[in-house]
Amino acid sequence: MTTQSTLIKWIATPVGRAVLALLLMIVIGSVFNADGAFFRWSVHRDMLRQVSVYGILACGMTVVIITAGIDLSVSSLLALGAVFFAWFTLPLQWPAEFAIPGVLAIGLSLGSVSGFLVARMRIQPFIVTLAMMVFARGLAKVVSGGQKITNYVMQPDGSAQLIEHPPIYELIDSRILGGNISVVTLIFALCVLFTWLVLSRFRLGRHIYAVGSNEEAARLSGVPVRRTLVLAYAMSGLFAAVAGICQAAQETHGDPETGMAYELDAIAMVVIGGTTLAGGKGSVILTLIGVLTIGYLQKILSLNAAPEATRLMLTGAIIVCAVLFQRGRR
Amino acid sequence: MTDAPLVTMRGIRKAFGPVEVLHDVDFELLRGEVHVLAGENGAGKSTLINILSGVYDDYYGELVFDGRKRRFRHPIDAANAGIATIHQELSLVPSLSISDNLFLGRESTNDLGLVDYSSQLEKSAAILSDLELDLSPMTIVEELDISVRQLLEIGRALSRDASLLIFDEPTSALSEHESSILFEKISALRGQGRGIVYITHRMEEIYRIADRITVLRDGKVVGVSPAVDLTPKGLVRLMVGRDVDIDAVDSADHSDEPALEVEGLRVENNAVPDRPLVDGFSFELMQGEILGLAGLQGSGASEVLHALFGGLGERASGEARLLGRPLPLRDPEASVLAGIVLLTNDRKASGLAMDLSVLHNASLASLTRFSNRFGWMQRAAEILAVSELSETVGLKAPSLEAPVRELSGGNQQKVYLAKCLMTEPQVLLLDEPTRGVDIGAKSDIYALLRSWVGQGKSIVVITSELEELLELCDRILVLHRGRCVAEFTRETATKDALLAAAMGHQLTGSEAGGREAR
Repeated sequence: MTTQSTLIKWIATPVGRAVLALLLMIVIGSVFNADGAFFRWSVHRDMLRQVSVYGILACGMTVVIITAGIDLSVSSLLALGAVFFAWFTLPLQWPAEFAIPGVLAIGLSLGSVSGFLVARMRIQPFIVTLAMMVFARGLAKVVSGGQKITNYVMQPDGSAQLIEHPPIYELIDSRILGGNISVVTLIFALCVLFTWLVLSRFRLGRHIYAVGSNEEAARLSGVPVRRTLVLAYAMSGLFAAVAGICQAAQETHGDPETGMAYELDAIAMVVIGGTTLAGGKGSVILTLIGVLTIGYLQKILSLNAAPEATRLMLTGAIIVCAVLFQRGRR
Repeated sequence: MTDAPLVTMRGIRKAFGPVEVLHDVDFELLRGEVHVLAGENGAGKSTLINILSGVYDDYYGELVFDGRKRRFRHPIDAANAGIATIHQELSLVPSLSISDNLFLGRESTNDLGLVDYSSQLEKSAAILSDLELDLSPMTIVEELDISVRQLLEIGRALSRDASLLIFDEPTSALSEHESSILFEKISALRGQGRGIVYITHRMEEIYRIADRITVLRDGKVVGVSPAVDLTPKGLVRLMVGRDVDIDAVDSADHSDEPALEVEGLRVENNAVPDRPLVDGFSFELMQGEILGLAGLQGSGASEVLHALFGGLGERASGEARLLGRPLPLRDPEASVLAGIVLLTNDRKASGLAMDLSVLHNASLASLTRFSNRFGWMQRAAEILAVSELSETVGLKAPSLEAPVRELSGGNQQKVYLAKCLMTEPQVLLLDEPTRGVDIGAKSDIYALLRSWVGQGKSIVVITSELEELLELCDRILVLHRGRCVAEFTRETATKDALLAAAMGHQLTGSEAGGREAR
């Protein structure tokens, strides 16, 4: 009796609803299992690998959305990160221990610029990050000369030569634990953990929620509102750079055109989890569930060989349904 | 026929989920009657008027309005039937002009179906002058004070020519003078044979305007009586179900050491540069003292508190010292650390983060205390401190994890107060600390503030209720147009003298019962 009512109460919570939506998706997958394909671990493992880059972006997006903002620039920052990573490691031949911090610093700085414009210049986040989206895409094209940066490298004497990829590419694109988990999935999990710690266990997290829920009340409580906003966008930029490195490793080159419109997937994942765009509410756990829900949806559709057009339409419909479902808790 | 009641509600029962909040409530309103609904927060007053005004339609029982059995499905139904409601929550659109707001949803149109702005502006100007507001109808509502917005809300309802008007704490944001304008309007409406339902927590208002009083407690009617037959004490007993001591307590002794010294405080007025909102205000606050600032709307009292806390930034200038150390007057973050904290007059807009839990709100201003130097939260210490303090302030919440939004107004205010006290300030700046709080919670808050100054801490308080000032304060400074015009002690202060000074009357010392300040 009591366990039953506890369960009902739990289902009424945001996490309960998000989990219910995810379970529903898994049930659908079990029914349309494509001749048992859905029951193979490798399918789930691949799904996790495929959503990881999006998921990493969604972590940063969650933080920004909780401050009642939005970050449209993550897809371009991802491409910029991928291009810089390829440039550092292939033509410049930097070792990974310099290349990775370099790329992360670039993502962090450009995120901070967005944050500065939002916090100090009081420009709307949508506009600021739209501008950053265009700017960073342009910068990625400048750095790469408009072309993919591959292991086909120009030599000083003008000749072109194929070089070996450094081992970092192989490492990021491999699987560990007996081939059961992709390294990118592990990186995604670490990003979720990091975000969770920041939001739930550090003072900064309290500031982020307070600024998103009521900025004026936060300011009058002595919360450093500007610093909080800058840090939120900086975190989003940092995660975009992480995602860029993963993307480059998986594609084995740095493509300035990569990751187009990924920001929309990231936003959809956050929203499907139940974090509202109004700010002040939500969590990265919800986002994790949202990422898995979309991941399974895509996987089920591709297993059942649904055409691209059907996939897009269904994804759109499911986003709306999930948000309506989440809202039922009021 | 005209002697039949305007409204009869019989056997009203209403539940939210499994919780029934109104149990078999009867209510009757005559034409030409001002009927006060009294009761503590959570007694069911708002639910009852929400049924009457069409906000809720899922209730049991019968509603007869104007001789016809009705069940309003939507607030628009009720409005069309002739019911105007002035809600406690303001419902103006901030980005539109006064005129646009007054005619929102019933715009006058010309033959082409376009909005007829000139006639709207004309009518708006008439409504404004009727409310004694010296404003252009083109003014954007965002730029107006909360009290002016409240008056506009009232003006809008009055202009609808309704046969029933429902006022839900209309004066909680109004000054005495503005309230008296409202009461004149209500008397006129009564004279025209309209029915008025009025909710308030202010005793003096009840006796100023009520013809009849219905008292609710815990969702039941516990008394209906003509106002003349019910003494204030009897009314309070009905409301709370016990005797409450509403008499003043002796003031605590305070020392001669100043806690706060303020010199030449000035706050610029962005709208009118040559008329500063606060114009060279100086005062001293002693340790253990409760100092009241009195003044009508626009006196600058509220700005004094905001400026001292640093909430106004560049607009404020002057000098202030807290226990001898200069205050920055710029930065709320530094002010909190220095030991001075502000409770604003609008807990929803600038006080609490409504989505966050009691716990996270209560600790928000003191997070450095509950985290180590790496910013890692020490949650056990936080929970302990918040639960101790919520006991001290008498908070009733389902749990510390409950969102503040779900609490009653009185409990929200206690959370806000707890947030301020959590910072362990030397000086507490309180702007309307008991706004929208029921009488039981009010006396809790008074008692709390007194015991707190007993520890040598000090308070500067503003309230638009003169009784509250007289009851709470050791000393009262009266502001008029940004300057201090009079000073009273607890012994010399009277309501009449305070009000006269606040309205700018230059009474002599003996007349005012106090002495003129510098």
